[in-house]
Amino acid sequence: MTFTKTLLGAAAAGALLAGAASAEPGLIIDLGGKFDKSFNESAFTGAQRWVEETGGDYMETELASEAQREQTMRRMAERGANPVMVLGFANASTLETVAPDYPDTTFVIVDAVVDQPNVQSVVFAEHEGSYLAGMMAAMASETDTVSFVGGMDVPLIRKFACGYAQGAKAVNPDIEVISNMTGTTPSAWNDPVKGGELTRSQVSQGSDVVYAAAGGTGTGVLQAAADEGIMAIGVDSNQNYMHPGTMLTSMVKRVDNAVYDAFEAAQNGNLETGLQEKNLSNDGVVVAMDEFNADLVTEEMTAAVEQAKADIVSGEIQVHDYSSDDSCPALDF
Amino acid sequence: MDKLPRWADIALVPFINLALALIVSGLVVALIGQDPFEALAIMVNGAVGSSYGWGYTLYYATNFVFTGLAVAVAFHASLFNIGGEGQAQLGALGVALVCLAVPWPHWTLALPVAILGGALFGAAWAAIPAYLQARRGSHIVITTIMFNFIASALLVYLLISALKAPGMAPETVRFPEGARLPTALEVFGAIGIPFSRTPLNVSFIVALIACWGVWVLIWRTRLGYEIRAFGRSEPAARYAGISPFRITMLAMLISGGLAGLMAVNAVMGEQERLIQDNVLGAGFVGIAVALMGRSHPVGVLLAAILFGALYQGGAELEFETSVPREMVVVIQALVILFTGALDGMVRSPLERVFLTFRKQPKPGLAPETRP
Repeated sequence: MTFTKTLLGAAAAGALLAGAASAEPGLIIDLGGKFDKSFNESAFTGAQRWVEETGGDYMETELASEAQREQTMRRMAERGANPVMVLGFANASTLETVAPDYPDTTFVIVDAVVDQPNVQSVVFAEHEGSYLAGMMAAMASETDTVSFVGGMDVPLIRKFACGYAQGAKAVNPDIEVISNMTGTTPSAWNDPVKGGELTRSQVSQGSDVVYAAAGGTGTGVLQAAADEGIMAIGVDSNQNYMHPGTMLTSMVKRVDNAVYDAFEAAQNGNLETGLQEKNLSNDGVVVAMDEFNADLVTEEMTAAVEQAKADIVSGEIQVHDYSSDDSCPALDF
Repeated sequence: MDKLPRWADIALVPFINLALALIVSGLVVALIGQDPFEALAIMVNGAVGSSYGWGYTLYYATNFVFTGLAVAVAFHASLFNIGGEGQAQLGALGVALVCLAVPWPHWTLALPVAILGGALFGAAWAAIPAYLQARRGSHIVITTIMFNFIASALLVYLLISALKAPGMAPETVRFPEGARLPTALEVFGAIGIPFSRTPLNVSFIVALIACWGVWVLIWRTRLGYEIRAFGRSEPAARYAGISPFRITMLAMLISGGLAGLMAVNAVMGEQERLIQDNVLGAGFVGIAVALMGRSHPVGVLLAAILFGALYQGGAELEFETSVPREMVVVIQALVILFTGALDGMVRSPLERVFLTFRKQPKPGLAPETRP
């Protein structure tokens, strides 16, 4: 085994030397695709912004399937990309085994924590952003019923739902929060038809604000909300522009900033490994306010959100993080 | 008498099919504004231009050999098993259970049991459609493809409940170190030949043995003869005392078992854990491989390597150029379309050409021999 390790090390070092001349950052777009109008697109936007502002160049590839994660990751590292950025928690167990083979390459993973010396793990405080979205939903609701459509049923998405329910109940303790998940597999990130069906079912149960945290599935949710004439909250990217008039807001997760910051730091040679938390205090998560939702957001809402945001940053309001103990005080799954 | 000479049947027809597919692919690539020759060069170079390329090509080929043989064996009994996908997924489950059940001390012990596990689970999954065909007359094409969906759903169910590893992704824990198959890097490294790190592993040898085994089975055993006889003509086989039930069951069990073996390569050799999408469409590629390989193990092996090269070259093309991923799938699909579905388009004209060549002397000679 030691022999093998040495050999692996040598191979990795050789690959690095070969690619050292062009230490471009590499971005691996995850399943769901570059233009999912959500998570991946946000990362892509960040990378594009970096290119525009710095004139730099980066390598990009799109993951073809679940089973090719490892090949794609290794390919990127062996081509000399540094840092190699992967998106989504599904990469965690693969990165755990790939990262030690390329000790001189820095990897950045979004939405998961990988405990390796050459990995930067970027996690977002989605529960905090969702809390604000939940407050706005509760204030906008006239039926005292709001709802949530999740993508794949994983702790990460329950974290969104749990924050949302807490926020809604902080405004109106009697409000009803309906929560549905699209599925239990990665295909649940890309099933707009089912997303729309779930939304219609929630509307029939009285919901008049729906929050979608479902990647590409969300487009179906937002469309159904617009068709049914209820309000919707987008996720990850600012999706307000998609249906002006029915989009209450978007819980924006600045994945683009994570990509931009990592690329920028790598170019300046000061990319730090370890855990990076993006939350309300450093604008890692925000509720989007722009011209597309200005008509729906009341002054009262803005004030309440600003107040809550300040209280969360100062620690006065503690938003429970579902993934910390796999339970939610405000919502049953 | 055969309409085509043997060499034309096994070499010329596939070659023309492939050439046509590449020409159409080239046109498609040119249509989206890329240089088709450069694309072809990247694909060829990426697939067979380095030990890295070969490693991946042969790794994918190993998958296709197993699924291709699976389809081929069923073909000989004139059963169209398009359930390779599901059988391979169940095989993956079998292999994963074997690897996770025991803390294996060494891969040489784990491999035979994993082979058994994969084959048994794959065969079991094929047994139900086989029984329904043999006893109830439910068409095997319909039942096997439906079983693909059931297999996929079953695997998803297990991966989010009983087998799920801690964490968020639907996958099992990693297999123990002792169940890790040696890769080509280690095998060649041990004898001093440098080889890139690829997932190519000892399962490739298992695949070669499987090829030989299928050849022996089909052409050198009584069962193989019965399978072929049954496949050529069921009434004749029945008249000769061959039990249709027995042959349908056995052919499908062997077919399913071979498809299940794919997991030894993909799951045990590469992914080292059970994930949801572990077959990667190899079950369906196996149909094209068997068609192109004329259901002969050597043909299957060669066709599998071709498709392995297409997979790997396609991945490389996606990586190196701005040809989008979907385009690579289109190219692969065109090759499958031309070699599989449009086979007759080349074959019939070619047969006519060969027949005219063969007949020509006769009318020419006839008048002279007349008094």
